[in-house]
Amino acid sequence: MAEKNFTVTSESGIHARPATALVNKAGQYSSDVTLDYNGKSVNLKSIMGVMSLGIQQNSEITIKAEGSDADDAIAGLTEVMENEGLGK
Amino acid sequence: MSNQLTGIGASAGIAIAKAFVLENPALEIEQKTITDAGAEIERFEAAVNTAKGELEVIKNHANEQLGEDKAAIFAAHLLVLSDPELLNAVKDKVNNEKVNAESAMSDVSNMFISMFENMDNEYMKERAADIRDVSKRVLAHLLGVTFTSPGAITDEVIVLAEDLTPSDTAQLNKQFVKGFATDIGGRTSHSAIMARSMEIPAVVGTKTITTEDVEGKVIIIDGIDGNVIVDPSEEEIAQYTKKKENFEAKKQEWAKLVNEPTTTKDEKHVELAANIGTPEDVKGVLENGGEGVGLYRTEFLYMGRNELPTEEEQFNSYKEVLEKMDGKPVVIRTLDIGGDKELPYLNLPKEMNPFLGFRAIRLCLEETEIFRTQLRALLRASVYGNLKVMFPMIATVGEFRQAKEMLLSVKEELIGEGIKVSEDIEVGMMVEIPATAAMADVFAKEVDFFSVGTNDLIQYTMAADRMNQKVSYLYQPYNPAILRLVKMVIDAAHKEGKWAGMCGEMAGDQIAIPILLGLGLDEFSMSATSILPARSQMTKLSKEEISSHIDHILSLATNEEVIAYVTEHFATEEL
Repeated sequence: MAEKNFTVTSESGIHARPATALVNKAGQYSSDVTLDYNGKSVNLKSIMGVMSLGIQQNSEITIKAEGSDADDAIAGLTEVMENEGLGK
Repeated sequence: MSNQLTGIGASAGIAIAKAFVLENPALEIEQKTITDAGAEIERFEAAVNTAKGELEVIKNHANEQLGEDKAAIFAAHLLVLSDPELLNAVKDKVNNEKVNAESAMSDVSNMFISMFENMDNEYMKERAADIRDVSKRVLAHLLGVTFTSPGAITDEVIVLAEDLTPSDTAQLNKQFVKGFATDIGGRTSHSAIMARSMEIPAVVGTKTITTEDVEGKVIIIDGIDGNVIVDPSEEEIAQYTKKKENFEAKKQEWAKLVNEPTTTKDEKHVELAANIGTPEDVKGVLENGGEGVGLYRTEFLYMGRNELPTEEEQFNSYKEVLEKMDGKPVVIRTLDIGGDKELPYLNLPKEMNPFLGFRAIRLCLEETEIFRTQLRALLRASVYGNLKVMFPMIATVGEFRQAKEMLLSVKEELIGEGIKVSEDIEVGMMVEIPATAAMADVFAKEVDFFSVGTNDLIQYTMAADRMNQKVSYLYQPYNPAILRLVKMVIDAAHKEGKWAGMCGEMAGDQIAIPILLGLGLDEFSMSATSILPARSQMTKLSKEEISSHIDHILSLATNEEVIAYVTEHFATEEL
């Protein structure tokens, strides 16, 4: 299993277009990918799951991946987080 | 017998064609017990795939016709149909409870819809509508109900619908859809805006068009006057065919003026600019030959959301408008909120008289953080074009000075941070309050320009709430009281070598244009679609000749007398 913590820097948190980009990316891996925030864990391949968290700026989130391509998934998603200006 | 309905003209033009009712059937979901869960899941997957295929087509069509921005919503719709939380929940329900796919899909999507509807974020609440749209598509396939898809129309028709959703309008094909009419909606509703950008005649808000007996009948859409005629007589068809030809001839005549300067018969030049609300509106301004933006209403940046826009978001919008206008003047009005435009997230107390209350510059001078953020964004954007900053609802010289001082202090702050700011930013104000018109000579020494906001100036001068039907007869733009105030403002500006503009509906009005020209107005800012008719009218008017009538016009007694005088003496542009 691989995981990584992020602080959300985007002023409007994670919603709309950047959420779409994250979910699309997560869908490319066979690993199970989850997003943990505020004691809740959702499937990062689910647009509705991600949006339902209502993640705001300065939130601490954790992305976890479990499966054969877990490391690749974390690397790919980190890239999206950074490219979309979502967090670091 | 023909039957006439009146609505709101949302997009000018005349269309005559057969009726095509865009049905929106109610989907009746019945819960059934099934035995073969595997087959049921296969049926569900097939329906999802068909829906996805349709959305792909709609998305590509939207991409080509409307641009990537407007197509993005369909990318999100597609993701909903790939959402494992949704798909697996439906499949689990079918497997475990042995219910049919329709009822499982309906239950699961309703659960998500109510979850989003109950979130305390406006944006998220709107997402409920997206899920509803998508799940309806899947359910229709499961039930074998065919939706009439506007994309499938291959005859020349007039589309009649209760309302048109974004996915409907994105599919309208101009080649076949000659016009449309809806039951609900106003000039600014989604379907109305789309009709204007596609340039197809449309009437919205007819209330009952879909309940009329229109089967197999011909419909006339008059988007100029907002009328819809069902089953017209031969005379009516002839009459509207003529009106359509006239309108199209006019349009061609106007189209020749797109790249021409605005020049009167006696070779005087005035500037015709446009009012905009978002950077996307600039396209329409340029297509209609706008010589500038006379009013950029920034409040749209603040509306329909649940938090203030950031400096960066504002900067990007202002920069985009300035760049697209490519050196042409752009007057950006600072936040004008309050009155009829509320921002729930500011938690402002309800007022007895919101139009006379805490709004616009009054609010900005108190909530200085909000104001400074906007000023920073404006000044940072200033280097990308020809920016002019305008303050709304100024009542006293003191307010103007205070606002300008704040602008200067923000400028120093930015320069201190090493950020470049243009040195040639004109700073002006709206004239909406009669007190400022009375003091225009004093204001003129301190401002770079005036822009008369006619809607508010009329309501404050006549003391008549423009939202109140009972007193709407007092909304009299040509009342000499208003014209005299406008004259004071223009004269005061010119005396100090400044310019005066107007950015209300009146600036594009065929009766008002001759008078305003005679009064010496320098800049006319209007809806983009009014620019070419106004330019055409200007070529038939002589500024000098009208000036000699001004004293007489201002001495007339009533609104009606002014209208009668203008129509008798000066050219107006027949629409």
